[in-house]
Amino acid sequence: MQCIQIVNRKLSNSKLIKKHKKEQNMATQRVSGSEAVILSLLEEGVDTIFGYPGGAIMPIYDALYDFDQQVTHYLTRHEQGAIHAAQGYAKVTGRPGVCFATSGPGATNLITGLADAMIDSIPVVCITGQVASPLLGTDAFQESDVVGITLPVTKWNYQVTSADEIPEAIAKAFYIASTGRPGPVLLDIAKDAQFAQFDFEYKKCTKIRSYVPEYPVDPFQVKAAAEIIDQAKKPLVLFGHGVIIAHAEAELKEFVEKTGIPAAWTLLGLSALPSDHSLNVGMLGMHGNYGPNIKTNEADVIIAVGMRFDDRVTGKVAAYARGAKIVHIEIDPAEINKIIKADAPVLGNAKKALRMLIDNVKPNSHTEWLNEFKECDRIEYEKVISHDLYPKKDGLTMGEVVRVASEKTNNDAILVTDVGQHQMIGSRYFKFKQSRSNVTSGGLGTMGYGLPAAMGAKIGKPNRTVISVSGDGGFQMTIQELGTISQYGVDLKIIVLNNNFLGMVRQWQQLFFEKRYSFTEMKNPDFVGIAKAYGLASQKVTSRDQLENAIQEMLDHKGPYVLEVVVEKEDNVFPMVPTGASVSDILLEP
Amino acid sequence: MKQEYIITVFSENHIGLLSRITIIFTRRKINIDSLTVSESAISGVFKFTIVINETADRVQKVVGQLEKVVDVLKVFANTNDEMIYQEIALYKVSTEFLFESNDVEKIIRNSGARILEITREYVVIEKTGHSNETQQLFDELNSTYGVTQFIRSGRVAITRDTIERLSEFLKERDAMLEQVD
Repeated sequence: MQCIQIVNRKLSNSKLIKKHKKEQNMATQRVSGSEAVILSLLEEGVDTIFGYPGGAIMPIYDALYDFDQQVTHYLTRHEQGAIHAAQGYAKVTGRPGVCFATSGPGATNLITGLADAMIDSIPVVCITGQVASPLLGTDAFQESDVVGITLPVTKWNYQVTSADEIPEAIAKAFYIASTGRPGPVLLDIAKDAQFAQFDFEYKKCTKIRSYVPEYPVDPFQVKAAAEIIDQAKKPLVLFGHGVIIAHAEAELKEFVEKTGIPAAWTLLGLSALPSDHSLNVGMLGMHGNYGPNIKTNEADVIIAVGMRFDDRVTGKVAAYARGAKIVHIEIDPAEINKIIKADAPVLGNAKKALRMLIDNVKPNSHTEWLNEFKECDRIEYEKVISHDLYPKKDGLTMGEVVRVASEKTNNDAILVTDVGQHQMIGSRYFKFKQSRSNVTSGGLGTMGYGLPAAMGAKIGKPNRTVISVSGDGGFQMTIQELGTISQYGVDLKIIVLNNNFLGMVRQWQQLFFEKRYSFTEMKNPDFVGIAKAYGLASQKVTSRDQLENAIQEMLDHKGPYVLEVVVEKEDNVFPMVPTGASVSDILLEP
Repeated sequence: MKQEYIITVFSENHIGLLSRITIIFTRRKINIDSLTVSESAISGVFKFTIVINETADRVQKVVGQLEKVVDVLKVFANTNDEMIYQEIALYKVSTEFLFESNDVEKIIRNSGARILEITREYVVIEKTGHSNETQQLFDELNSTYGVTQFIRSGRVAITRDTIERLSEFLKERDAMLEQVD
């Protein structure tokens, strides 16, 4: 009986697709709003959806049931897991992540992910069910004002109350999410619109009158920037997420190689330039490397590419790069002069702007200046890095775990971190060969992001090794996604760095709140036991002599694996630019 | 230095856009002193006239954020002296008090106000002008007769240019966007 049903389902599925394909030429076909949602997603090339069903989105899920050959839907264990997975998927593939949720609580559970995607410019298309349109505003069961609630955390949102709006709304959603400075969009589709029949026709969106995704790069701005760059004695490139979003990695490399300018990265710019590139001088900001922070205030020209001078990068703005002329290459006009005034703004797409800049600058080298960074590296290695990576004390450090994981994957894995100490350590010590290999929550600092985002990343790039590194705090915020990982056999390598503390908050309490450890210590469950209960392979490491073998075992294991590593309880992340201090006041030790 | 700015937002006519625009101000804790929304001279394009009291720097940043809103076509910010603007005010005064006074004609004539409706109980007076002018008439009427009801509209403002700036702008932008592949 069941077999017959499945066969019938496949038949009706292929019939529908055939009907769709056949009638594509004939412009229209009669379908329900729900079928239109799925057909529209197919038109946008969607083959992966993360979501969670419920009353108001049931018609769409019912339509989805017929498309299992074209679309893989992953049932997460919480809507937050679905949207973070969509984010992770989007970050590694460069294509919008798609996520479904029902009305009311389903939709409100997406908010954190939307806010995260908004501040980190990640293309995500969320489709939420909504109560039937006659019930709008009546406090109906599972009704909430989703469009109203999500206004500040979406690039665009729209409520669909009539089936015939669906194709155009979805086309607009994908266009807006993925062009210009990307971001999350949300479509809230009333249940009656999901049921209604209409003549379906799909046209991709290529233009919206009121929306300028990117401005053409002005050759005069490029010339002005090139003049400043050519005259620089101590120039420094700061590159961010914009380089990765614009696929401008090759241009960035060519630009720094032609000009010989050292380049430092923001947290979200990480992996755009290979870790071992001779001009890659490391990470900017609060827990970044010593050299790029100190040298920011010694540079005479700063070339910022696709980054927005976040406060975690600048420290005290009034004392930031005062001696430098600022060249700012940026796609979003609102970011230029927002925090740091640009002497030579270059508005536009990073790839196009860098291409034009390469053609306008003279070949150069800055060997002495670059050597100053090497001297900084030497100091940092001696004071911090050597102790993190090759500790002499008994307890394991987060740094050595990250180092071993990176080495054992030939520095070529995708690293997905959560938020906190391990995130900074992971970003500092994991090495990268290819771009789009670092996934983390930057702007919002969303604990609980890591595990579901890693799941999305692995689904997006199934052929790459994906390592999820979380702390014991963040891991427990979305630990339920182990269920999803287990159900679909998502081959993730999950490392939990357990110090039984909310480590970063504890570090601040130690340094700035007189060691008053207010509610940061955690009594944790048996993580191995939990993993095993979910049917996942797992083990726990407590000493150095077990570490390498355990990581190797995890990597060799076919399928998902949870490795708990117990690390030093009260280690700190250094260097550190204390809040409100200048980047030149970066501390190498407490 | 803070001063009054008139922010003119041209947008598509979409539900929810008003919220999307006002949250940009509220998020930055900027008070909207006055807000008027209506269709512009271009059919389908709506015009928000927003008055705030802010520094030039903050105004510039808010304009940048407003222009990021997908359904917003263009935003202009002007100081008061760059625009011609008016507000409208309605005053309700007791007919009895008004009849007892000899100054009615003088007040109406001097203030350039007009009477919209007279009943046995009340008189409705209308005046257009800048806030200080409508306020002055309020103070005068209130101290002499007592104003029983008063309402002032949001500001409407128009540029000193010969044509609607938006149409010119849209043309220029279309030409520019042709360049982007």
